[in-house]
Amino acid sequence: MAEEDHGMRRSLEELRQTFKSGTTRSVDWRKQQLRAILRLIHENEHLLFQLLESELGKHPVESYRDEIGVVKKSVDHALSCIDQWISPKKGRLPLLFFPASGKVLPEPLGLVLIIGSWNFPITLTLDPLIGAISAGNTVVLKPSELAPKCASFLANKLPLYLDPKAIKVIEGGSEVANQLLEYKWDKIFFTGSTKVGKIVMSAAAKHLTPVTLELGGKCPAIFDSLPNADMKVAIKRLVGGKWGPCSGQACIGIDYLLVEQKFASSLIEQLKKIIKRFYGDDVRNLKNLAKIVNKTHFDRLRNLLEDPAVANCIVYGGSFDDTNLIIEPTILLDPPLDAEIMNEEIFGPLLPIITLDNIEESIEFINSKPKPLALYAFTKNEKFKKRILAETSSGSVAFNDTMIQFVCDELPFGGVGQSGFGRYHGKYSFDTFSHEKAVLERSFYFELEPRHPPWNNFKLEFLRLAYNFNYVGLLLHLLGLKRA
Amino acid sequence: MASEDVKNSPAATVVFDTVAANSLVKELRSTVIAGKTKSYEWRASQLKSLLKMVEDRDKEICDALFSDLSKPETEAFIHEMALMKASCKLALKKLKDWMKPEKVKTTLGTFPSSAEIVPEPLGVVLIISAWNYPFLLSVDPVIGAIAAGNAVVLKPSEIAPAMSSLLAKLFGEYLDNSAIKVVEGAVPETSALLEQKWDKIFYTGNGRVGRVIMAAAAKHLTPVVLELGGKCPVLVDSDIDLTVTAKRIISGKWGCNNGQTCVAPDYIITTKNYAPVLIDSIKHHLVKFYGEDALNSLDLSRVVSSNHFARLTKLLDDDRVSGKIIHGGQTDKSSLKIAPTIVLDAPEDSLIMNEEIFGPLLPIITVNKIEDGINFINSRPNPLAAYLFTNKQQLKEEFVSNVSAGGVLINDISLHLMVNTLPFGGVGDSGMGAYHGKFSFDAFSHKKAVLHRSFFGDAPARYPPYTPGKLRLLKALLDGSILGIIRALFGWS
Repeated sequence: MAEEDHGMRRSLEELRQTFKSGTTRSVDWRKQQLRAILRLIHENEHLLFQLLESELGKHPVESYRDEIGVVKKSVDHALSCIDQWISPKKGRLPLLFFPASGKVLPEPLGLVLIIGSWNFPITLTLDPLIGAISAGNTVVLKPSELAPKCASFLANKLPLYLDPKAIKVIEGGSEVANQLLEYKWDKIFFTGSTKVGKIVMSAAAKHLTPVTLELGGKCPAIFDSLPNADMKVAIKRLVGGKWGPCSGQACIGIDYLLVEQKFASSLIEQLKKIIKRFYGDDVRNLKNLAKIVNKTHFDRLRNLLEDPAVANCIVYGGSFDDTNLIIEPTILLDPPLDAEIMNEEIFGPLLPIITLDNIEESIEFINSKPKPLALYAFTKNEKFKKRILAETSSGSVAFNDTMIQFVCDELPFGGVGQSGFGRYHGKYSFDTFSHEKAVLERSFYFELEPRHPPWNNFKLEFLRLAYNFNYVGLLLHLLGLKRA
Repeated sequence: MASEDVKNSPAATVVFDTVAANSLVKELRSTVIAGKTKSYEWRASQLKSLLKMVEDRDKEICDALFSDLSKPETEAFIHEMALMKASCKLALKKLKDWMKPEKVKTTLGTFPSSAEIVPEPLGVVLIISAWNYPFLLSVDPVIGAIAAGNAVVLKPSEIAPAMSSLLAKLFGEYLDNSAIKVVEGAVPETSALLEQKWDKIFYTGNGRVGRVIMAAAAKHLTPVVLELGGKCPVLVDSDIDLTVTAKRIISGKWGCNNGQTCVAPDYIITTKNYAPVLIDSIKHHLVKFYGEDALNSLDLSRVVSSNHFARLTKLLDDDRVSGKIIHGGQTDKSSLKIAPTIVLDAPEDSLIMNEEIFGPLLPIITVNKIEDGINFINSRPNPLAAYLFTNKQQLKEEFVSNVSAGGVLINDISLHLMVNTLPFGGVGDSGMGAYHGKFSFDAFSHKKAVLHRSFFGDAPARYPPYTPGKLRLLKALLDGSILGIIRALFGWS
C-alpha cells in the first residue's frame, strides 16, 4: 500500500517536472500526441472491437459509432483547430486606456486528472484526454475498473504511443481513486455518478481544484403525435436511443418516455416491432445488444422490477439471462410514480412509459424531477418546442432525434444542476482544460495625473467624466471650460 | 427554534437558522418557477432600479464606506460606485444580445440539422461578498445574476457592517423582494445559507473560506465561482519611466483601500542595482501624495478592523522583518491606522513573505538579475494578478507566457479589472471562474445545447441489424467525407 502510494507520488512528481520543463507548451508536441492517438486507435481497431465485444457485448458497429469513430472525429477536429484555439483573443479597450492593448491568452492549467467511466470506456477517457493535451497539460488517466480489459488496454498501449513522461494511466478501483484524490491537481475531469461526483468535488475543495462533473440523470423523451410518414423514423430513433447505446447504460440514453394516453398502445405496438427487428425476441439469442456490465448492476436492474406493482406494468420483455448478463429490452406502462424505477436513474434496458392526458403536461412532469443531462422531444409543433426550450432546463435538448447531439463538435456537452457542471467537446474541451489569462499592456506615455492623490474636486470631477466615457466633457474640463 | 421572515428591522433579534434559510430558498424557487425572473422586461427593470439606487443614494453609500473603511470620497467614487454604474449600464445595453441564442455550425454527421446554444438562468444563486469593496463586490455580481435571469440572495460581509445594513435597506426599497434578498449576518447565518441547495454560489474572499464554501457546495453539486486572492507580485525592471512607475505602484497599492485589495501589489521584486533608485522615487512620491505625516492622511483608508490591525502588526513583529523597515512603520491602534511601510529584503520564510499581506506593508525583494524574478514568482502559488514594469519587449513576452496568474498587467496596476472585455478571475489558489462584462452573464447562466433534427435523411446505417456495409457508411459519415459517403453508399469502399 505504502509502496503503491510512493510509486504514485513519484509518477506525479515526474509529471509536474515535465510540465515545468515546458515540453507540453509546444504546439508541435501537442499535435504529435494527438496524431499518436489517431495511430493508436487506427492500429488497434480490431483489438478494440474484440475488447469492447467481450467486455460489454458491443457489436463492432456500435463500438465504432459510439467509441472509435467518436475519438477519431475528435482528434481530427482538434488537429485542424488547435492553432486557432491557442491563439490569443484581442479584447477591445475603451479610448480612455489609450495607449494600451488587451487580450485573453489561454494557458494550460498544469497537471490534470481524468476519471473515466465504464460504459464508454474508450470515448470517456480518450475524448477528455484530447482536450487536456490540446490545452498543453500533463495528464493522469484513471479508467474505470468496471471495464478492466479496456483499462488494461489503455495502461499498456498509451505509453507506447504517447509521451510517458507527460501522460500516465493509473489503474485501480475506488481505493486508488481515493488515493489520487488526496493529491493537489490543477483540474479534475470526472464522468460518472452523482454519488461519486460529490466525493470528487469534496476532495477537490481541499485544494481549490476546479472540476468538471459529467454526471447523469433521468433523461426524458417526450413523444407527441406525429404524422404516419414520420412515425417510422421516430420509432427507430427512439429504439436506437434507448437500447442502442450500451443497452441503455448511457448518461444521455433515454430513461423514460412521456406520451398521451390515447397513443400509448399504438406506440407500444410499434416499439415492439422495431425491437424485434433490431434485436430479436429470445433473451438467450439477442443480437446487437450490449450486456449489463456486471452482476451488481444486473441485480440492481432486476430489483427495480421486483415490486409486484412495478412488475405488473411490464408490457414487453422482462426476461433475464443470468449467465450472459443480458436483459431483454423491457417496456413498462405507467409504473407507480413513487417506485424506484421512476426515481433513480435506470441506466439499463428498462423503459417506463408514462401516459398523460395532454402532452403539454410533460413539461410539468419533467420539471418535478432534477435537471437531466439531455431532454428529447419528438414533435413537429413549433409552439410546443418553444415552450419546452423556455420552460425546462437540461444539459442539452434534441428535437426529433436521440443521442446525436453528442457528435456535434460545435455544441457544448455537459450538465446542469444534478446532471453536473462544466462542458466539453470541440473547443469546449480545450477551454475546459485551460486558464484564460487576461493580459493588459500599457505604455508610460500620457499619464493621467488625476488618477493619483492628493485628491481634490478637480480630480473627482475628472474621474466622473472619465467613467462616463464623456471624452468631450473631459476635454472641456481639462481646458477649464466645463463647470462641475 | 422558531424562525421568522427576515425583515429589515434593526431592533428585531430574528434568528436566521437553517429552517429560515430553507424557507427563503423555497420562496425564491417558486418565484423562479413562476417564470418571473426570466423575462427581459423584469431583468431590465431591476438593472434600471439599481442604477437609480446608486444615483439617488450616492451620499449614503459614500458615508457607509467612510464609516466602515474611512474610505476617501474619491476612492469610494472611482473604485466602487463608478465601476458599478459602468457595469450596470453595460448590462442594460447588451442584455438583449446576451440573451439571444447563438446559432452554431453543424457537420455532415448530423445532416440535416440546425443547432444553437440557448442561455438560460441557473435558478437561485447565492452571492457572498467581501468587506474591502463592500459595495462593488456585492452589487457587481448581483448585476450579472439578474442579467442572467436568476433569483438572488446576497450575503454582504459583516466586517463592513454599515454597508451591509445599507444594502439590506436599499435592496428592500429598490428591487423586487420576491426575487432578490439580502441576508445579513456572520458565521452562523452564512453556515445556514451554505447548507441549502443553490444553483450557483459566487464567493469573493480568501482561500480558507473558499475551501469551506466549495466543500459545502459539493454536497449539492453546486457549481461555484471563487474570487480569491494571493500575493500579487510586481516585477520592476530598470528600463522604465521611473516617475510614472512609482506613481502607478503607489496608487495601486496605497491608493486602493490602503493595500486591502485582492489585486493590490503585495510585494515588489527588482534588481539589487536598481532597488535604491526605485525606493527613492517611491518614498519621494509617497510624500507628495500623502504628506510627511502619511499615518494621518485623509486620502488613505484605514485598516478595516482591530483583528486585521493585529494581523498586520504581527507581520512586522518578527525581528528579522522589523529590522528591515526602510520607510514608515508607524501605527495607531486607536484609529486603526498603519502608515505606508516599506520593508527591504525580508527573509523568504517570514510570515510577511508567505501570507497575503492585504494591508499597507510593501516588501521589496532584490535579485541579481531581473529574470530571476520570474522564477521567484513561479515558485509560489498562482496569484490573482501579476505585474511587470519594463520597456523591454523580450522581458514582456517572457513574463506573459511564463507567469501563470489570473491576469497579467504590464506597466500599470489593477486597471485590467476595469476592462469589461477581459475576464476577471483567478487560477489555482487565486480562484476559479471569472466575471465582468459578458463573463458575468455567462457565470450565472447555463448554456443549453439544442439540436433540431428533421425526419429526412435518416441513415439506416445507424440501426441494427448491423452489417459491414453500414460500418463503412458510418465511418464515412463520422469522417464528414462526402466522397467517402458516396463510395460507401455505392459499396465502393
